Amino acid sequence: MLIVLSAGQAYGALTEPWNAPYPLGARGSSVLFSTFQERPKHLDPASSYSENEALFTGQVYEPPLQYHFLKRPYTLAPLTAEAVPSPVYLDAQGRMLPADAPDQDIKRAVYRLKIRPGIRFAPHPAFARDAAGRARYHTLTRAEIDHFGALENFPYTGTRELTAADYVYEIARLAHPHLHSPILGVMGRYILGLDVLAKRLRSEDFAEDAYLDLRQFELPGARVIDRYTFEITLAEKYPQFVFWLAMSFFAPVPWEADAFYAQPGMAAHNLSLDWHPVGTGPYRLRENNPNRRMVLVRNPDFHDERYPSEGEASDAARGFLKRAGARLPFIDEVDFMLEREEIPEWNKFLQGYYDSSGVAPDGFDQAIRFNVDGQPELTPVMAARHIVLNVATQPSISYLGFNMLDSVVGGESARARLLRQAIAVAVDIEEMISIFGNGRGVPAQGPLPPGIFGHREGAAGINPVVYEWKDGRAQRRPLTQAQALLREAGYPAGVDPTTGHPLVLYFDATTTGPDMKSLFNWYRKQFAKLGIELVIRTTDYNRFQDKMKKGQAQIFSWGWNADYPDPENFLFLLYGPHSKVSTDGENATNYANPAFDALFRQMRSLPDGAVRQAVIDRLLTLVRYDCPWIWGFHPQAYSLQHAWVGNAKPNTMARNGLKYRSIDPTLRVAQQREWNQPVTRVLLWAGGFAVAGLIPALVGQYRRRRATAL
Amino acid sequence: MTYLIRRILYAVPILLGVNVITFVLFFVVNSPDNMARMHLGQRYVTEQAIENWKHVHGYDLPRLWNPEAAGTGHVTRTIFYQNSVRLFMLDFGRSDGGRDIGFDIRQRMVPSLSIAVPVLIIELFLSVAFGLAVALLRGSYLDRWITLLCVAGMSISSLFFIIAGQYLVARVWRLAPISGYAGGLESVKFLVLPVFVQVISGLGANVRWNRTVFLEEVSRDYVRTAWAKGLTESGVLSRHILRNALLPLLTTIVVTLPGLFLGSLITESFFAIPGLGSYTIDAIQSQDFAIVRAMVFLGSLLYIVGLMLTDISYAWADPRVRLAET
Amino acid sequence: MVKPVLLPTDVAFLSSLLLVGLYFWAVRRDLLMRERWRTVLATPTGGAAALILCLYVAVAGLDCLRVEINGETKSLLDYLVSPLREHVETTYSAPFAAYGYAREVIPGASGAARQDYPRLRYGARHLAQPSRQMHADVLRRGMAGAGLGLLFLGGLLALVNRLRGRPLAGMFTPLTESTWRLQWLTAASICLALGWVICLAPYYHVLGTDKVGNDVLYLTLKSIRTGLVLGVVSSFITLPLAVIFGIPAGYFGGWIDDLVQYLYTTFSSVPGVLLIASAALSLDLLLQQHASAFPSLLARADMKLLALCLVLGLTGWTGLCRLLRADVMKLRVAEFVTAARALGTPPLKILLQHLLPNTFHLILITTVLDFSGLVLAEAVLTYVDIGVDPSMESWGNMINGARLELAREPAVWWSLLAAFCGMLGLVLAANLFADAMRDAFDPKLRGATSPSSS
Repeated sequence: MLIVLSAGQAYGALTEPWNAPYPLGARGSSVLFSTFQERPKHLDPASSYSENEALFTGQVYEPPLQYHFLKRPYTLAPLTAEAVPSPVYLDAQGRMLPADAPDQDIKRAVYRLKIRPGIRFAPHPAFARDAAGRARYHTLTRAEIDHFGALENFPYTGTRELTAADYVYEIARLAHPHLHSPILGVMGRYILGLDVLAKRLRSEDFAEDAYLDLRQFELPGARVIDRYTFEITLAEKYPQFVFWLAMSFFAPVPWEADAFYAQPGMAAHNLSLDWHPVGTGPYRLRENNPNRRMVLVRNPDFHDERYPSEGEASDAARGFLKRAGARLPFIDEVDFMLEREEIPEWNKFLQGYYDSSGVAPDGFDQAIRFNVDGQPELTPVMAARHIVLNVATQPSISYLGFNMLDSVVGGESARARLLRQAIAVAVDIEEMISIFGNGRGVPAQGPLPPGIFGHREGAAGINPVVYEWKDGRAQRRPLTQAQALLREAGYPAGVDPTTGHPLVLYFDATTTGPDMKSLFNWYRKQFAKLGIELVIRTTDYNRFQDKMKKGQAQIFSWGWNADYPDPENFLFLLYGPHSKVSTDGENATNYANPAFDALFRQMRSLPDGAVRQAVIDRLLTLVRYDCPWIWGFHPQAYSLQHAWVGNAKPNTMARNGLKYRSIDPTLRVAQQREWNQPVTRVLLWAGGFAVAGLIPALVGQYRRRRATAL
Repeated sequence: MTYLIRRILYAVPILLGVNVITFVLFFVVNSPDNMARMHLGQRYVTEQAIENWKHVHGYDLPRLWNPEAAGTGHVTRTIFYQNSVRLFMLDFGRSDGGRDIGFDIRQRMVPSLSIAVPVLIIELFLSVAFGLAVALLRGSYLDRWITLLCVAGMSISSLFFIIAGQYLVARVWRLAPISGYAGGLESVKFLVLPVFVQVISGLGANVRWNRTVFLEEVSRDYVRTAWAKGLTESGVLSRHILRNALLPLLTTIVVTLPGLFLGSLITESFFAIPGLGSYTIDAIQSQDFAIVRAMVFLGSLLYIVGLMLTDISYAWADPRVRLAET
Repeated sequence: MVKPVLLPTDVAFLSSLLLVGLYFWAVRRDLLMRERWRTVLATPTGGAAALILCLYVAVAGLDCLRVEINGETKSLLDYLVSPLREHVETTYSAPFAAYGYAREVIPGASGAARQDYPRLRYGARHLAQPSRQMHADVLRRGMAGAGLGLLFLGGLLALVNRLRGRPLAGMFTPLTESTWRLQWLTAASICLALGWVICLAPYYHVLGTDKVGNDVLYLTLKSIRTGLVLGVVSSFITLPLAVIFGIPAGYFGGWIDDLVQYLYTTFSSVPGVLLIASAALSLDLLLQQHASAFPSLLARADMKLLALCLVLGLTGWTGLCRLLRADVMKLRVAEFVTAARALGTPPLKILLQHLLPNTFHLILITTVLDFSGLVLAEAVLTYVDIGVDPSMESWGNMINGARLELAREPAVWWSLLAAFCGMLGLVLAANLFADAMRDAFDPKLRGATSPSSS
């Protein structure tokens, strides 16, 4: 064993630390090392929706718009488009309406986008053409495909200029029945004719892998105007639509790619758009081995894009403006290694082999502690390694919902409302954050997280039902007030007068997870403070969803992650017509308040500004009073970076941040050497023991031989 | 020859049974609706989308019996038939996640083998060497201690060896990467630790087994005769004991051979080796029925091949055994 | 509000023990059997292993007897070791520590907070200046513990000598007699360990505390029940299946044999972990769908444990079945069976009266061997997330957590060590006991089971 160990190591010993999980050459060059936990299911922009997929699609695909890397609050900026479009509203007769026309008059909202000329797709065999201009690889036989086997084996690649038709083509793809686009339901409502197209394609009986040329279908909602211009038409006013244009669902897809991948035999080699994306972004996916690693490399044909030169006030001091005006991207290659387990990943980060890392819940107290002021800071071990901590409040909320259709906790009666308010005061969210989230969260004062327009800091932003402003900070109202509210509601000390026993409420949850037990106990304790008995009803995920859909749950925990940084994306969770039970929408509590709904419709179409803020303030006052949610908290993401990583400003909206990232490979190699000196004397010891162990055996054998000889 | 054909034919009902078992296990409680939801995620999922997913993946058919179809359609237009029959042609189809399973299996076989083969060889070498040494020193205090050590080794969870190995070798002594894998020659570095750990954790059981095998041979008459004839130690060892102990050794190895392809579930996932073992675990955890079914099928197929190989190796190693009798 | 509580696994485990007891009662008159069991116990390792196994079974048994008082369910073991159970710290602390594992913000007397290692709530609480007094205190209490242990041992020896009618003067001779020395040495170490624990554990965390501050010694003790239940109950589910399929297959041959062979080849050709995993997942899903049937987390976790036993039992019968079939095929042509057949004894009677008793040793030995495999399997299954409920104390959960703990700086090694020792003790004892049984019952069988490749 020792021999193998040493022989194996001798190979690498000369050049690098023995425990390096990749070769020195890579460590010394401009390669970023990162990880992925779960293999992405879809890299096709029409189907991809989850965060771990956006890690790749965000770098490969370019929708028309993007979020500005540095500016806060989050601002849309053009990416391939010339400018951020503003819609033109038309009435039923096609006449132009002013922007402030009443919603019901607006029958069409038209977005005209002009893209910049000269943008090119990354090289790909689908674009390869022969001397006569015919596509080389669009009519391959199965044998030829088997012969090539993988994309890198195709001898010819080509590229092509990005045109408006590519964007229109992708919008039509959203309706493709085999792509299961998650936003078809939402966009089908808005984009003119999209659901008609979807219905038509569903009825069309075509083989799973057959190429369906979507260009031949009519889609009135997305039309090419000229080579660089296209128009999207919505059937109603939807001011937030423009945010969707920054998501990869609206990234261009060349028809050549579909035609190429649809050839019979491609799928058996996993050659499909789901695994091998074709985009115009700063990187292209060179290696896609979801079993081990995924490698992004610089797109040689990437258009000229520059590092932004303006940002927040503090950005210059934090070094985020050092590279202003430099051409993107900075890093040549990004290697994502599959790390399904937190522990090895964390260890490798500590050894310097991964450039950045999240903070695992279990490694938390090892990396971070709260200083005397209650602020998070790195532990001395981490600080000694010059690791940098970044904290970002996520545009999301985690809350406890009351089912407003429930006979006890739901409805508009004063009794139910006071009960809800009492519970909201009693459930100590601050304690929850500190026990179960290591303090990583901001108690919510309403549905809007910090960083979203409409959120107010300080005394003006508190939820007066639950908090009061004392000593310069928001403090939870004392338990006595909650008990008073409960008494007022008609449950003195939590006793239900109709039964004479403590009020019994039900908490519906999905199970699993070792932490759940203590969390459930904690919930029980919170309700017990009011004398209410909380019964936890656990089921599996699907049953739970079913219960929610039928409105049979009573109290439940729920969350929302912003699609886009607009208050509409949070307040619509409370909009009556989006009720879960009646329309299968995202309003999980089925809250319906006509006053709120009217204000919501008004807020939706207002531009950010004082007027909108005033409307939002009124909306918040309404829901805080009605209290359909226990407002919960906004989670915070902690991430760690080694000293050699630059421009890692956290941006919770943008998914294409890798192009701004920079690294210092020399420093990295030096640090890795310093931190990973192998302890070779162990091998000597082990060898010594093995030899020592042999001696008694030899002695025994010698004795035996003498014994037999005699 | 006819024996072989019979064995092969015999394998068919077994594989069918295996298929039924996996099918029942997965579909008794897990409805296609559940699977669809699981794969489509949480947001904006409509009934239409679920129906659509089931249709595309062929899960909208009845499970075992289709009363609506005509003729043989009763049986063939069902989830079970559609998904099982292709397996017999070794066509594993697409996973529910959309990848070609055959492709993944071919790709992941290499890492699995590159751990399993070195482990087998080193383990065999070490355990034969130790087993032989102990058998020769039988009855001595060394024998007793080593046997006790072997039992102790058998009594330690393999998880412990892995955890301790990763902690000491990779973290404290920094002699090898904690986990990971690379292709080609690079991979040696990554394989050293998992191979080492696996060898150590299997050593106890194997040495003990070999010891009994050798002891049985040592106590045979012919060995005593050989001793009596005054043959040297090494002569008796190599010419008699080792050769005669070959048969039981061989059969234990041969039956494990096909299983090597499947890799080790635990070792692979601890050391992030992208082999078939971790593939299976991932599939179980993400409830990808298509992959689990394929892996179970492959596993049982290889097991049956292993049994056949054992019979053949018996006949080869010992001409007195005729195949038809077993 | 005091009422006894019996969970399903308690019932299963206790009735399994009862069955074992019944077996010994049934064979107490059988001279051959008595002699064989005596041989097992007289083997140094076998006897020592039996002692250790008894200790484990006693702990598990105590943990299975529960009462519900004011809505809280606790076992007798919980009450016996209540200082351990109640001394809950906030987080990790090392064995015999007086201070916490990590620095915390401690509000100072003058109002200024500082960062330092906090004093533990219970560990070494009785000492004013732990750093100076600890060594002496531990030594003193350790001596007292040793004294207590020796007292136990003395009592035990006196009792045995009294029964044997030996003079009291030669009380310690068993320790020097070569035949029973190891057995007595084991008993002596058990006594010493008990004495130490009794004297030290109320004042210190002998094995440290875990992430949420529970005493690791307490967790280890609680894990004994989980491990034993899993091993014993699964084995008892395996037995009838293997016997019902194996013996008739070997005796009757023909289509019955073909059918049984088909069944076990099919079952054993599915890769073991996969079969267990998919069965466990399915059962788990079933449990989740009927989650409302289990009011408390305890009942739920217990149901999950039972389900796991069921899965392991239902998938683990093929090995024994194969052995039994082969053995019965040999016995079928033995004289006493052919004679019985010639006399016209009905087949069922032959199976029960002749074949079952004659294969019993095989069943026993295989079961004990499988038992140790099952205890080990728990850890692996827990790692794959299909093991016992995370809320249940088990060695698998401890080992699983230990991976994270070792990744800390400084490493938290004590949970892993405790789980390792607890598990090793049980499995090693079971393996050694099985060895001794094999030697006593069937010397031919030595090493008949090939090394398992799991």
